[in-house]
Amino acid sequence: MSDLMKRVAVERDEGAFAELFRIFGPKVKAMLMRSGADAAMAEDIAQETLLSVWRKAHLFSEVKGSAVTWMFTIARNLRIDRLRREVPWQELSERELETPESSPDPEQSVGDEEEFARVRSSLSTLPEEQREILVLAFQQGLSHSEIAGRLNLPLGTVKSRMRLGYQRIREALEVRS
Amino acid sequence: MTIQHHPDISTLIAYAAGALGEALSVVVASHLDVCGECRREAMRMNRLGGAIMDASPSEPLASSDAGVVLRGGKVPAQDRPAVPAKHGLPRPLARLLGKPLELIAWKAVAPGVKLYSLPLSPGASGHLALLKVAPGRGIPDHGHGGSELTMVLQGAFRDEHGIYRIGDVEDIDGEHEHQPVVEGEETCICIIASEAKALFKGWAGRLVQPLTGL
Repeated sequence: MSDLMKRVAVERDEGAFAELFRIFGPKVKAMLMRSGADAAMAEDIAQETLLSVWRKAHLFSEVKGSAVTWMFTIARNLRIDRLRREVPWQELSERELETPESSPDPEQSVGDEEEFARVRSSLSTLPEEQREILVLAFQQGLSHSEIAGRLNLPLGTVKSRMRLGYQRIREALEVRS
Repeated sequence: MTIQHHPDISTLIAYAAGALGEALSVVVASHLDVCGECRREAMRMNRLGGAIMDASPSEPLASSDAGVVLRGGKVPAQDRPAVPAKHGLPRPLARLLGKPLELIAWKAVAPGVKLYSLPLSPGASGHLALLKVAPGRGIPDHGHGGSELTMVLQGAFRDEHGIYRIGDVEDIDGEHEHQPVVEGEETCICIIASEAKALFKGWAGRLVQPLTGL
């Protein structure tokens, strides 16, 4: 995967981009369809997201965690813009990458790739009632009250399960390997 | 600047997930601009979003020809250009406001309380407004329905949770009763976002109510 990103970013290898598109296009499309986009719009946003990666690949680090995270943020912003017709106030990661405080500190941070791996594995071990709420928020873009309605839970329960689930993921990031 | 009061973790998650309404998002984005701690947290949350997308089932593409994408002439998602800090305001707010606080045409809504509503996208619900409150005055309880975020831009206010200074955010839900009062001798300017669907008029009416004793 690192190799794939490097071929896209440095060598401008269209074959590597095709591979990236084959792997991640369907994931972006799935996220948009679960958010309520029709197949055509979801496909459109998937293409646009991947094209953005191609055009700006030099801006992000060559690790899988970083690439997927970037694709998520692009797709999320397009979802706000196209589906909700609101201004997406979330900044993309370029500015974040430029922020000195955000650069990995070897003393405190486990690094992008390791952090992404830990997030993924702790997500899979979360209690289902916490995982489900985080997935509904990130994958479908549902607000707290929409999640409460969907799961027939009090709003306070949704928020506290969300906090608990996230806290567990945070704890997994704090542990030194 | 030491930030003491941050948005709730669940509010930051909703923001990172793209699930927070525009009005509340403007306040969170403004806070992130001045709070490195929350900015780092939001980045971790973005990573969680990436992990969730990565772990989810796929939806086959109708056209999997990457060459068509590269040469399709589609304009990719644009990032907004970085805006330099302007007028001493957080950048997301400066971008929306387009002018310094001194040039705002405030509207008096109660003795010592002035208001300026900010425009939202046509699809957005909720309210976004700047509130300017004179020393010694209360910032009225304007909640009643849905989440509400208040960020201090100038001066300070105090409530039962402590003192809120520049950059601090008070994050309350609809049930919470509170009665903040301007702290110190300086006029307090805040940006307030509410997801309440009530008409602005009703919201402003309630705003005046505690001050006029009606």
